[in-house]
Amino acid sequence: MAEKKHRTGTVSRRGFLKALGVGSAGALVPAAPALAAQERVPAPSDGELATLLDLSKCIGCGACVEACRESNADKFPEPVKPFSEMLPSRRAKPEDWSDLRDVDDRLTPYNWLFLQNAQVEYRGESFDINIPRRCMHCQNPPCANMCPFGAANKQVNGLTRISPNLCMGGAKCRTVCPWHIPQRQSGVGLYRHLMPRLAGNGVMYKCDRCYQLLDKGELPACIAVCPENVQTIGPRAEIVARAKALAEEMNGFVYGLEENGGTNTLYVSPVPFGLIDQAIDKDSGPGADKKLRAADKAKALGPGRPPMGPVKDVMADETNLATAAFIAPVAGIAAGVLGLGSKLLNTGEDGHED
Amino acid sequence: MKTRPYPAWISRLFIFLVAALSFTGLTQMPLAKRYALTTIPGMAWTGDFYLVHKIHYVLGAMLLFLAALAAVNWLKGWGRTLRLTGLGAARVAVVGGLLLSGLLRVYRNLPGVTLDPAYILTIEWAHLILFMVLGVLALVALMRGVSAYAVRK
Ligand code: SF4
Ligand code: SF4
Ligand code: SF4
Repeated sequence: MAEKKHRTGTVSRRGFLKALGVGSAGALVPAAPALAAQERVPAPSDGELATLLDLSKCIGCGACVEACRESNADKFPEPVKPFSEMLPSRRAKPEDWSDLRDVDDRLTPYNWLFLQNAQVEYRGESFDINIPRRCMHCQNPPCANMCPFGAANKQVNGLTRISPNLCMGGAKCRTVCPWHIPQRQSGVGLYRHLMPRLAGNGVMYKCDRCYQLLDKGELPACIAVCPENVQTIGPRAEIVARAKALAEEMNGFVYGLEENGGTNTLYVSPVPFGLIDQAIDKDSGPGADKKLRAADKAKALGPGRPPMGPVKDVMADETNLATAAFIAPVAGIAAGVLGLGSKLLNTGEDGHED
Repeated sequence: MKTRPYPAWISRLFIFLVAALSFTGLTQMPLAKRYALTTIPGMAWTGDFYLVHKIHYVLGAMLLFLAALAAVNWLKGWGRTLRLTGLGAARVAVVGGLLLSGLLRVYRNLPGVTLDPAYILTIEWAHLILFMVLGVLALVALMRGVSAYAVRK
């Protein structure tokens, strides 16, 4: 790994990350003094790091896919077999990728990054676009917000991570993720020690933005290894500005600013993402399950090729309802003070209802 | 069972809310599909995590309103004529913890709010464990025939 980083990760970029103080995973306060001292980078207001992928540069060499595997190999699951039989067996089936570790044309528990290809005609020109796909690291990630066990979490530095020690493998994160990114491996994790037949089904895996490298001030493996410098990482505000400028320059488009309310992964492309979405081979999204049921066994293990269409902010309703939840106790207090209740008590004794 | 000295509609609404919150809370775990609840006619919605989550929010807001109303009335006068039973006091504490941890969850889910994962874990598990404790306490109260939270002094 070290060799790879030296080969391609420029010193300035690594130094830049170090100066950012992006270590201290999950620390509440970003390292503000370190940021202030760095003249190249204005202090990010929210401490979130984002990545920018310039799709006009990617040659589809696959070095990033390889590097991701190497860098994260020690995080990959080693399932205990045979899997305990689950109930009800017709509905709770194990998902096993441990014999398909080489699959690299979709997301699996052993492949957190893969390349999509889109051949697109646009304004009378033909484009051959390669798209490295992995977790989008949403700004308000439903995978983390909706996880019932607190196993999936967003860190202050803007990345989402699933703790393999706490994940029950219920795959809810995959269901609620607009891109259905996390992938399941059965036969590992906490569920095996609780009620393996009745609850849980393994552990969910996805890109964690190489937190172990970021914590050391180093670049994520896929960024460092890329011979074309497709990816850039930095404070979100700066990355957003850069993405917009780049899009303007190439008369292109940005993906990730609006999608799901904003993500910390921004794609810039010379062709509209709607055309890319039509052209890529994807088996995710609505209706995917139905298609998959008929498909071959490897594919039937679940969708793993994320779409690239528009995605609404899936947590928006919750955000609106939050106001109601915060006002409710205040309203209750006001109603009580204004006299709702005192007269109700008197009706209590004879059990008569209001 | 003793008749409750406070209005029956409050008890009924409280019991309904707690039951409905328990259900929508439990179905936050991916159980509905696995255990075929979604195949029962009229129950397909239990498999929609987002819908169930939103219902949980609405019910939670209603319970927060009711709890605040009851608390104010307790301070304003109920406390002079009523006495919390032991089990009642325990359940008030647990419900309070559930409401607080629930509110913290709502807060954490706001865009722009990122808490330390360790805090999230604490909030999450406090909510889950308090829910289980409330279930046990409710069962004990029911079996002993003393399910009223408060009795007349
Ligand atoms: S290493 Fe760079 S150029 Fe090669 S496939 Fe990955 S992103 Fe594209
Ligand atoms: S893309 Fe999916 S898995 Fe990644 S942070 Fe967003 S919701 Fe979570
Ligand atoms: S950031 Fe790390 S884990 Fe994520 S795709 Fe790149 S190499 Fe893989």
